[in-house]
Formats: sequence, structure tokens, C-alpha cells
Amino acid sequence: MRSSVAETASPKFGAAFDAKWVVIGISLAVVAVLALVPFCFMIWQSFHTPETASSPSTFTFANYVTAYTNPETVAIFWNSVQFALGGSFLAFVIGTALAWMNERTNTPMRRLFFALSIVPLIIPSILFTISWIMLASPKIGLLNTWAMTLFGLSSPPFNIYSMWGMIWVDGLHYSPMAFLLMSSAFRAMDPSLEESAVMSGSSILNTLWRITLKLAFPAIVATVLTLFVRAIESFEVPALLGLPGGIQVFTSAIYQAIHQYPSQIGLAASYSVILLVLTTGGIYVQARISASGNKYATVTGKGFRPRTIDLGAWRYFTLAIFIVYFLLIVILPFLVLLWSSLQKFYAPPSMEALSRITLDGYRYILGSENIRAAALNSLWMSITTATVVMLLASVVCWIVVKTKIRGRWLLDNLASLPMVFPGLVLGVSIMIFYLTFDIGIYGTFWIILLAYITRFLPYGLRYSTTSMLQIHKDLEESAGMSGASWLTVFRRIILPLLKPGLVAGWIYVMIVSIRELSTSILLYSPGNEVISIVIWELWENGQYVELSALSVLFILLLLVLVGMAQMAGKRFGVKES
Amino acid sequence: MLNVSGLHTEYVSDKGVVVKAAQDVSFEVPEGQLFTLLGPSGCGKTTTLRSIAGLEKPTQGVITVSGTSVYSAADNVFVPPNKRGFGMVFQSYAIWPHMTVFQNASFPLEVGQKNYSRKEIETRVMRVLESVELAQYHDRDATRLSGGQQQRLALARALVMEPKLLLLDEPLSNLDAKLREKMRFELKKIQRELGITTIYVTHDQSEALALSHEIAVMRNGRIMQIGSPRQIYEKPNSEFVADFVGTINFIKATVRSIDAAAQAMVVDSEIGTVQVPMINDFHVGEEVQVCVRPEDIHLSDSTPPVNHTNHYLGTVFAKIFLGEVLDFQVQVNEKVMLARVHPSQKTPVGAPIHIVLDPSDCIVLKNQN
Repeated sequence: MRSSVAETASPKFGAAFDAKWVVIGISLAVVAVLALVPFCFMIWQSFHTPETASSPSTFTFANYVTAYTNPETVAIFWNSVQFALGGSFLAFVIGTALAWMNERTNTPMRRLFFALSIVPLIIPSILFTISWIMLASPKIGLLNTWAMTLFGLSSPPFNIYSMWGMIWVDGLHYSPMAFLLMSSAFRAMDPSLEESAVMSGSSILNTLWRITLKLAFPAIVATVLTLFVRAIESFEVPALLGLPGGIQVFTSAIYQAIHQYPSQIGLAASYSVILLVLTTGGIYVQARISASGNKYATVTGKGFRPRTIDLGAWRYFTLAIFIVYFLLIVILPFLVLLWSSLQKFYAPPSMEALSRITLDGYRYILGSENIRAAALNSLWMSITTATVVMLLASVVCWIVVKTKIRGRWLLDNLASLPMVFPGLVLGVSIMIFYLTFDIGIYGTFWIILLAYITRFLPYGLRYSTTSMLQIHKDLEESAGMSGASWLTVFRRIILPLLKPGLVAGWIYVMIVSIRELSTSILLYSPGNEVISIVIWELWENGQYVELSALSVLFILLLLVLVGMAQMAGKRFGVKES
Repeated sequence: MLNVSGLHTEYVSDKGVVVKAAQDVSFEVPEGQLFTLLGPSGCGKTTTLRSIAGLEKPTQGVITVSGTSVYSAADNVFVPPNKRGFGMVFQSYAIWPHMTVFQNASFPLEVGQKNYSRKEIETRVMRVLESVELAQYHDRDATRLSGGQQQRLALARALVMEPKLLLLDEPLSNLDAKLREKMRFELKKIQRELGITTIYVTHDQSEALALSHEIAVMRNGRIMQIGSPRQIYEKPNSEFVADFVGTINFIKATVRSIDAAAQAMVVDSEIGTVQVPMINDFHVGEEVQVCVRPEDIHLSDSTPPVNHTNHYLGTVFAKIFLGEVLDFQVQVNEKVMLARVHPSQKTPVGAPIHIVLDPSDCIVLKNQN
């Protein structure tokens, strides 16, 4: 027997594991700095005048007075709500209808459709928006020109630079998110509940309405709120479609407040606080509903394959819906970008234009030193972000799920706090903080990295927590009984068992950070651009051909990355026991 | 070898309530013996085992192994579980799904205090896998083993580092009935062959009786009785132990007379007067419980040839055929008792039946209500 080790209070395993406390301490400190500091500082800033060379910053309510007494604010608020409600509702209706067709009917080729449904999510929002400008802007929109020649209209039928245009583009782009969320809700449902309704004589639509949707109610509310919060945070669509038409929402107003001269950081901060209140409220309600949703207990746990509803000849109709949807969300946007990337200057497709096809756009992109640097920046930034986030998340969720350390709920909430931050607001708060406390990272690569890690930590946490909950505590304790130290247990038992979750989370974080725009746009400076910033700049400069060429390459690269990542996930995934 | 004294362990439940899981638990296990903690769920047996393992931290008491303390509240000693060098088999087996059979079993040798060469690890692991008959599956994914094989792998993993102490937490409860009986024999064989000191936790009294050198019956965090399987079964010291271990009939009675010379007492009971063995601190007029095991109740259709002191006439109330035995519910006066006899007893339901009790089979307990 080894000599006894004196020690004081510790819940389990004993404080003799110094490594454990060091790791826990560091993680706690990192999470606190990441999540709390910018948040507190932004609130502070919203009550202060901006610091300038001549005058120090002083306490003031002026920012809020400006923000709340300005009649524009009412318009901004109304626009934001309208846009977010419209966008989330559209995404929800499309996504739910498709999810039901996919999960509950015998529509042909639905497996393929499910596999393809991830593709629209890969296309960055800015590219999706730009491609829809090319499709439906009053001046150059392809759909408009075609419709005018086809039906002999005198004015363009579609105007993308309107509230309806914004809602259409945003709702359409995020419908796959609704589709995936509602698909898992439908899949978790015991099909015998639906079958017994059909046996009772209910029609298909009646069953859908009275049984399926009612059972999925908590999932529906959670999905709608998720979509709403996401839409209200959306930056690309309001900036590209709203601003030209004079429609401001909070995100675009924040961007403008910072980009006008002199920049009104205090005003941006007070707008950010209002936006933060909206998103926090949404996420809070959603969390409450998800927590109480258990009473519906639709999940029975065992892997059953639900029987599908036979639509008869109607199944070709639903297949047609799938195809039209896929055309609108992937094929048309991609084709229009591809077309414009092959021109010298933008022109609608015609036989004449076809003869002028050139690869100049691609030559420009591949030859540009700046763009190559930005691409490398993006790649290295997203890989670092994903790795740091997943490591940090695995320690944090171990503490939260597996230990009984007092105050662990606080750590959980802290790490999830950035979830309520719209990307732009996070950018504002980090910018303000590192402007005031100059530790030399403002205007460098590192500030963007820091922002990414903060922003995506909650997502990483969600992935690793799901896997962590499935690891029985006996697996850990038996390793401890075998004589393994805490670090060994963590490295050899916990991390490998978490691997499927970690790999999935890593892929997700990498993809979302490589496409990130709304946080980066406030933090980049010349020399440390990332790909999405380059796209933004090309758009501002009106270099549509080069932009399209870069977009086509970017989308193809993202598709390859996702494909590789999914293969890796399959290869490294642990077989379920 | 293992000495536990005055052990108290508490934990805070999910609802925030402090649960006193083990209270003043003391026992001693000699080298090479199998000691069982037996009791219903929530009695504190698993907490006691986990305290010995070091997975729970007690609040009071001392745990020593071969004279060295691994926990002592007074001296502020707490050896963490990975430094104790005990082997443990978990109820869920806790087989690591991301490793092969070999990797599972070699893990303790790789991470433990001692350093082993690659070759030595291989010899030891293959030897232990041999002993649980898993050697041919050594490169298989651990998740592809059947329940019984996983159980044996968990045992191999616990044994591979040749621990001082083997801790088994309901190791057989996840197996089906047939396999459980087979594994019971195998476990006993391995334990006796290796002579490894073992603490066994179970709620299954037949498992405890079959495997143990000694049993401690626990209830509400306290040990009610410690003894050999025979002592526990034949001389339970309380109604709880009598009832929990095996099946038993309780008959309410009052002491009528005590005959010190014959070492016997006579009691008036629900079924009539019963002669029982004398117990010292009982006095005339005291209310007692007479306990009789079903297999100690003898039945016959006709008056038995020899005269018995405890002979009663009853009727057959119901009967249940269980294969190797036949359970009779027999009614004497208002009292229904359970008797377990050979299936050749064919008395029909409702018929009169003769009942004989051997005085030495009657256990007398103080009435605790």
C-alpha cells in the first residue's frame, strides 16, 4: 500500500490530482475572460461618451436618450421585428413542410434530399444574398429580365431591395435549419401515435394537424424561437438588401453607427444592448420550453423505423416540391454566380454573352497575393478556433456534467453566455474592450481569433455535452480504480469516448468560423482580412466578376471540406455499444 | 486483512438532501475470504463498497488494508482510488467501448504505479484472459462481446494487476438467470483458487449464501448482523434479517413457561402451543415471534406415526407447483402458513392436512413492533 496522502475536502478522486485543478482553474479563467469581460464592458460603454485624444470618456445617459428618443429607433425596432418574424416564419413553414414530407411520407428520393439538405447551410449568407441580388434585383436581376420579356411586363415584378425581399432571402436561406430541427422532432416521435389516429379514421392532413404537430409542439416553439433569434442577429441580408433601400434594422444600424465619421461607439453599444435584450429573451424562453417539453415524452429511445404515409400519386407532387426548392436554394444561386464569374463584366445570359466567356475572373483571384493571404488566414483561423473551442468545451462540460463541484452551473451559464450575443454585438464589445485596454492585439489577427473562440464556444459546448451525457460514470471510475491518474483518465477514456461528439463539433465550428462575417467586419484591419471580408470588399468595390469567381471557388472548397470532414467523422466515430 | 471501523458516509442527493448512506459500519475481513454486503436497495451497501474503493469520501471512521490506513478521519488520511491498487467490477461492467478486449485488460498495467515492459504486459494480460476463457477474443472490439463475456472481461481487468482487494458491485445482476447461476460457480472457483480477498455487494440473498465466507446484512445504512451463511440463515437475530434472507413464516406468540433444565420454552401462538428452544433473556408473558422456514414445515395426509410435541391439524388453502418443489399454503386456525415440500405431496386444496414442526427448527425473536 502506498503511503497515505493527507488532504482536505474534495468531492471525488481527491485533491491529490493537481493536474485536474490546474486544468479546471485555467478553463474557468479563460471562460470568464472570454464571456464576461466584453459583456460587462459593453454595458459600461453604453453609459459613456467615447474617449478621444482631447477628452476622456465621461458618464452619460446621452446614448440611451439618443437611441430611445430618436423616431428612427422606433422604425428600426419595427423593421427588426417585422424582418425577424417574417424570416423565421417563412423558414419554419418551408422547413416543417419539407421535414414532414421527408420523414413521414413515401416521397421518392427523400434519402438523397436529406443528404443534400446540408448544402444550402454551407453556402455563406453573404454569397446567398449576393446571388439573389443577381437573380431578383430590379436592374440586373435575371428573374426580372426573363419575366419582363416572357410576359411583356413594363416594370420588373420583383424588388429584392424591400422588406419582402429581405424576408424571402433570409427565410429561404435558413429553411434548412428549420428542416433539420423539425426532422429530428418528427423522427423522435412514436409513429404508433400517428398510426392509431389513422386507424381511428382520421385523414392524413387531419392526423398531421391534430396529432403530429400537437405532439411536436415544444419542438415547434423551440424551432421558431431559434429561427427568430437567428434572424434578428442576421447582418448580411439587412446590410446588402436593406441599406440600399433605406430599411434599417438593429444590426445594420449598429454597423452604420460605427462606420460613420466620427464613429458613434456609444450609440452602437446602446443599440447592441437593446438587441441583446431581445436575443436573451428569446433564448431564455426557448430554454424554458425545452426544459418543460419532457412531459410530451415523444421519445421512446429505441431505434424504430417509422412507417411512412403512402401519398399515392401525390408523391410525385411532393418530389416536384423538393426539386423546385432545391433549384431555388442551391442550383439557381450557384448557377448565377458561376455565370457571372465567367464574364468580363456582368451581363445577363444570352448567346452573345456566351461567346464572351472568359476565365479572367479566376485568373485575377488566383493571382492575387491579398486573396491568397486571406484564404490562408481563414483556414488557419478556423482550424485554430475549432481546436481550441473543442478542447475548452470538453473540459468545461466534464466539470459541468461529471463533477459535483459547487458552482458548476455558473461555469455552464458563463460558457453559454456568448450564445445570446449577435455576431455584430460581440464584435462591438470586443472592439471596445481592446481599444480601451490596449494589450497590443487590437488590429491584429489575434483579436479575430479571440472573437471566434468566444462566439463559437457555446456551440462546441453543446456538441460535447450531448456526448458527455452518454458516458456512464462507471467507465471513468473503473479507470480510476485501475490506477490511472486524472489526466490519464481524461486523455485515454474521456476524450476518446467523446471523439464522435468532438469531431462533429470541430467540423461544425470550423465551417461556421470560416464563413463568419458579422464579427470579423468590425475587427479586421488591412493585412489580416479573412475570405468573407474579401468578398465584402469586392462587393463594395463593385468587382462582381471577381467576386463571383471567388464565391464559386469558396463554395466548392467548403463542399470539399464538409465532405472530407464527414468521411473523417465516419472513420473516427466510435461504434455505439 | 481489511478492517473497516466506525465508517460514516454521507452524500448530497440530486434534490439537495443529505443522505446518510452508511452509518457506523464496522467489520473485518480475513485474508483470502469473500465477504458479502447484503441488503435491499438503498441500504448503504454500495456506498460502503465505494467508500472502501475511495470513490466516495466518508465523513468518519477508519479503513485499513493490511494494517495501512487508506482512510482515516482522525489522521486526515485519504488515499485516492487510483493509488489504492484495488480491483473493482462495476454493476454495468464499465467496459470501455473504444478499446479491444486486450486493451481493456491491459489498461491497468499501463497506467498504474508500477512500470511493466511491453512483453510483461502481454504475458500477464493473456494469462488473465486465459483464466476467464477470453484469450481467443483478445483482438475483438470489446462491444462485440456478449453480456457474460463482458462480465468476465470486467473481472479480468480487475484481476490483471493482482490487486490486494477485489471489489464486486452486483456483478451478476445484469445477466439472465441461467448465466447468473453459471457465473456464480465460476466466480466462486476463481476467488477460491486465487485466494484473493473479496468484497461482494448484492441484493440477491441466494447469491450471498452461495458465495460468501461471511455475510453482513445491512439496512438503512447500518449492519444488522454479521455471520456465516448458515448463521445468517438459521439464526437470524432480527425479523428483518429473517425476512430478507430466504422466506419465512412469522407466528405471533406469548411465552407461557420456561423449562431451564430442558433448555426449552412453551409459547401460546396463533396456531396453538409451540415448543421452542429456550433463549436466556426471555421471560414468561413476553410477546414473541416464532419464525419457521417453509422447508422446515412437514406435511402429511395422515396422522404421523411418531408422537410430536408440535403437531397441528390444518387445511390446504392453496398450492403452487414450482417444478422441483411444491408450495402449500396451509391454514391453521386463522393463520395461513407457507410450507415447501417435495412435489410427491398430492393433498388436494380444501382437504385436511397434518402439520409437524421440529422445535429445533423454530426461531424465536423478540416482538419488535
